[in-house]
Amino acid sequence: MGLLSKKDAALIKDPLTDNNPITIQVLGICSALAITAELEASIVMSISVLFVMGVGNVVISLMRNIIPSKIRIIAQLIVVATLVIIVDLVLKAFAYELSKTLSVFVGLIITNCIIMGRFEAFALGNGPWRSFLDGIGNALGYAVILIIVGFFRELLGSGTLLGIPVLGDPIEKTGLYSIGYENNGFMLLSPMALIVVGIIIWIQRTRNKDLVED
Amino acid sequence: MGLKSNLHNLKEKYKGKKMAPAFNALHTFLYLPNETTHNGTHIKAADDLKRTMNTVIMALVPCLIFGMFNAGYQHYLALGEIEASNGFLGSTFWTLDNLVVGLWQVLPLVVVSYGVGLAVEFLFAVIKGHEVEEGYLVTGMLVPLIVPVDIPLWMLAVAVVFGVVIGKEVFGGTGMNILNPALTIRAFLFFAYPTWMSGDKVWVHGAVERDQMIASGQNLDAISGETLLGYYAKSGQELTLAGSNGAADVVTTYGDRASELYSIWDMFWGLIPGSVGETSKFLIIIGALFLIFTKVGSWRIILSTLIGALVMGLIFNGVVDAGWIGESSKFYGLMSVPFWQHLIIGSILFGAVYMATDPVTASQTNKGKWIYGFLIGFISIMIRVFNPAYPEGVFLAILLMNVFAPTIDHYVVQGNVKRRMKRLKVKTA
Repeated sequence: MGLLSKKDAALIKDPLTDNNPITIQVLGICSALAITAELEASIVMSISVLFVMGVGNVVISLMRNIIPSKIRIIAQLIVVATLVIIVDLVLKAFAYELSKTLSVFVGLIITNCIIMGRFEAFALGNGPWRSFLDGIGNALGYAVILIIVGFFRELLGSGTLLGIPVLGDPIEKTGLYSIGYENNGFMLLSPMALIVVGIIIWIQRTRNKDLVED
Repeated sequence: MGLKSNLHNLKEKYKGKKMAPAFNALHTFLYLPNETTHNGTHIKAADDLKRTMNTVIMALVPCLIFGMFNAGYQHYLALGEIEASNGFLGSTFWTLDNLVVGLWQVLPLVVVSYGVGLAVEFLFAVIKGHEVEEGYLVTGMLVPLIVPVDIPLWMLAVAVVFGVVIGKEVFGGTGMNILNPALTIRAFLFFAYPTWMSGDKVWVHGAVERDQMIASGQNLDAISGETLLGYYAKSGQELTLAGSNGAADVVTTYGDRASELYSIWDMFWGLIPGSVGETSKFLIIIGALFLIFTKVGSWRIILSTLIGALVMGLIFNGVVDAGWIGESSKFYGLMSVPFWQHLIIGSILFGAVYMATDPVTASQTNKGKWIYGFLIGFISIMIRVFNPAYPEGVFLAILLMNVFAPTIDHYVVQGNVKRRMKRLKVKTA
């Protein structure tokens, strides 16, 4: 036996592949479309969600026996809103430029269906340790897709990765640009994020036929 | 042992194997298959998918040939090496020099379009194990006609892969696509590489190259060929023309000069810069008559698209006449164009005849076709006038209505059901 029991390990592993919150449950799409034009923004967004989900799931799990079920949505909102405000302020303090890029989408983590979904479906019925793993697992599943989409969109759209030119200089015409290559402006538009997510879903369902619904 | 029996043997050999569709497609494309049906009643009809596709291609060939000559003509005209052609049969238009430039520029577009597109089709047929469908035959012909002549070939290849895979194959292949694949390809190019799809350089062969040579320090005159729509989009902006012989510079607006740019007949015959095959309204009308006569294209869609465009044009004319829009407005130029001229400016005619009528993506019901076509024309002119970033709105309007076509059909059918139910009730009551 490793660090985690088999059941616990599944909490982290499943959301990464066969129960991915974005590609299988198709939740949290709005932020995946909006902020993935740059890889850096995707990574920061992923970390923010990772923090909110990990901590939030634990808090809700600890409080699960004292939250009256009639007002549980409000209680969940307060928890997630508090955490999101922390993230927002930290970003504004230490990465101001980036927080401007992410703009309203940090605040919108509150409405990210993945978070509310995990609070409702998991943290309210499980202990803190398992809830923590579940939160981390789902946030990582979200992060994987965001980073893949961000990678391709920044590479093909701007020819850079994390802001560093990797394909040459488009103005000086060096590297790939010297043979006539040009950046694909469509990649920077939101529809292309949807199409990239769609292609990931397509590949995933081709590899695992169990995921295909009729 | 001719090619036919060889192909037949290959087909037998690969029967049931992965590569079978590829050989089948080649075989049936070149020859009539040996198989005959054995039992049951059959209806013999010649108007199968291949025949339909071939009819459209025949209607497109004149546009393609004209496009080749026009590519050369615009090139030499911009360079100042030839005089402007006097009408459709002008002596400087149908020359060998023009054709050579056209062949050199346009044929590669055709080859890339068909090569890449069919490769993707064959690949999907082999992977998914269905027969290769004829859907790409028309798309492959349309694509070279709706792009600027100087578009880099690799961009076209990328766009074709995108258009065929995302526009068609993911929906299940020919007959299942929601969006017109050729227009998907154009939309992809337009949004991905806008500098190659609009502006005043891309429509004339050599203009972009010339620009780069000047930028690198060579002493040459810039050449350009702006489309009328690109020109009108700058309406309201001031343009300073150098006055001759020391006279003061003349300040005028772009829109005012538009009428001096191309004559109505030039636009009708197609002696203007534009995408390869869409400039000649004359040949498009002939193609349209051919399609309507052979009952391949729907006259309802073509007619209603034109009506929609005219209505929108009339509304804009009315707005200008009422004085609601000042001359300084950036919309003034296009809004004041006489409404009927909208039909010969830009590619509305080409879109109406060859794109909107695509039987897969258009509405299927007769009433639906009227609504579908009307809205295409209506929205095309609206986009054209109101969005200077998109000088030509036809392809966007058609794609938009492609999406709505099933909805239109649904309500037409439901409306019919309701009406008949009512009649039934009246009768039985």
